[in-house]
Amino acid sequence: MNSTVTTETETSVWGGGNQPLGASYGKLMMWFFLVSDALTFSGFLAAYGFSRFKFIETWPIADEVFTHVPFFHGNYPMIYVAFMTFILIMSSVTMVLAVDAGHKMKKNAVIWYMFATVIGGIIFVGSQAWEWGTFIKGDHGALETKGGRILQFVKADTGERASLSDFATSIPDKRVMHEKKNGVWFFQEPTLTSVSLKEVVEGFKADSNILIRTELINEEGEKTVLDRKASLEKLADATQVVEGANLIHNEYGSRLFADFFFFITGFHGFHVFSGVVINIIIFFNVILGTYERRGHYEMVEKVGLYWHFVDLVWVFVFTFFYLV
Amino acid sequence: MADGHKLEIFRGLVKFKSNTQKIWGVLAFLTLITAVEVVLGIVKPESLTNTHILGMKLINWVFIILTLVKAYYIAWDFMHLRDEKFSLRRAIVWTPIFLVVYLTFILLVEADYIYNVYKDGFISWNF
Repeated sequence: MNSTVTTETETSVWGGGNQPLGASYGKLMMWFFLVSDALTFSGFLAAYGFSRFKFIETWPIADEVFTHVPFFHGNYPMIYVAFMTFILIMSSVTMVLAVDAGHKMKKNAVIWYMFATVIGGIIFVGSQAWEWGTFIKGDHGALETKGGRILQFVKADTGERASLSDFATSIPDKRVMHEKKNGVWFFQEPTLTSVSLKEVVEGFKADSNILIRTELINEEGEKTVLDRKASLEKLADATQVVEGANLIHNEYGSRLFADFFFFITGFHGFHVFSGVVINIIIFFNVILGTYERRGHYEMVEKVGLYWHFVDLVWVFVFTFFYLV
Repeated sequence: MADGHKLEIFRGLVKFKSNTQKIWGVLAFLTLITAVEVVLGIVKPESLTNTHILGMKLINWVFIILTLVKAYYIAWDFMHLRDEKFSLRRAIVWTPIFLVVYLTFILLVEADYIYNVYKDGFISWNF
C-alpha cells in the first residue's frame, strides 16, 4: 500500500490526500454517523430489555397486542408487521439497484429506482401511523387497579377476549361539568370512557360468563385467567376504565410497554421520514443531472447507506418488539 | 462496475453473475428468513418454547440469531461492506458490537436482580 512505498510517494503519504480506508470523506462521515446512531438505537432497545426483564412475568404478549390488518376484520397477529418489514426490505433493494445503476452512470434507471424507494418509504411510514392509531384507539378495553395493574376480560366458554361493551350494563348517568364560570379553580376534566367503571362492575356481576385475565404470565406462556370467585374479588381493586393506550395508561398491560413502543418506533419512524425527505432531495438532484455533471453518483450511495441503516434498525425493532 | 463487487455469498457456496443478480438473491434470502420468523411467531412450536437456554426460551434465541443473520446480509450486501476494506469493516462492525454486548449484559443482569427484589422482597406491586 501507499504507506510502505517511501521512494516515490513520500509527498503524498505526509502531504495529505490519502485514503487508508479506501473510502471517501463523505462516505466515512456517513459511517461515523451510522455507527453512533446504531449505538443510540441500541441504547433504547437495551433500555427496553431492562424494563422487560424487570417485569418479565407481567409483560404484554405482542401477538395479542398487534392483531389488526387494515380493511380486514379479525385476528391476524403479526401479518401486518411482516408486510411492513417486507416493504422496507423491498425499498432497500430498489435503493441498492439505484446505487448499482449509479455506478454504471445510467441516469434514468437511477431516477426510477429512487422513485420506487421513496414510494416504499412512504408506504412504510403510513403503515406505522396506522399501527399507532390502532394502538392508541385500543381494542377490548380493560380496568386498571390501584397498583396500576391491568385487568382484562375473557369469555369463560370460548376463552376469547371480551370487550367492555360486550357485558357492561347501561346505567344512566350525567356528568356535571365544572365550568370555568363557576369557580376560581378550574381544571380541564379528562374525556369520559365509553363505559363507566360502575357499569363494567355491575355488568360483570350480572354476567357469569365473564372472567378476569390478569397480567401475570403462567408456565404455558399465557396470561393467567382467574376463576369466577377470584375474579369477583379482584374486581374490587379496580379504580378506572382504560381504553386504548397512551403514555400514562395502557389497556394492553404494562404502561412501560406503550412508552417504549411510542418512543422506539416513533424514533425509527422519524428516521424513515427524514430518509424519505433526503431521498426526495437526491431524487430531484438526479433528475436535474447534478451527479451526471459531477461525474459520479456517490451521493446516491451515501443516502443509500442511511436508507439501509433504517432498514437494519427495523429488523431489530421487529424482533424485539413483535417476535421475542 | 461489476468487477469491483464480490459476488459470492454463503462463503462461496452461491456465486452470482452480476451485482444486480446478487441483490435479488439476497432479497429472496432475507424474505425467506422473515417468513420463517413470522411462521415461528404465529405457530410457536412447543419444542422451542419449552426449552430454556441461558434463562431465555429457545425460540427467542432462534429469533435473535435469525435477526443477526439478516443484519449481516443487509450490512454486507446492501451496504456493500463486503466490498470495503477489511480495516473499515472491522472498525464499523466491532465497535458497536462490543459496546452493545457490554451494555446489554449489565442492563439485563441488573434488571433480573430488580425482578428478584420485586418477587422476593417486601414490595407489593400486584394490588
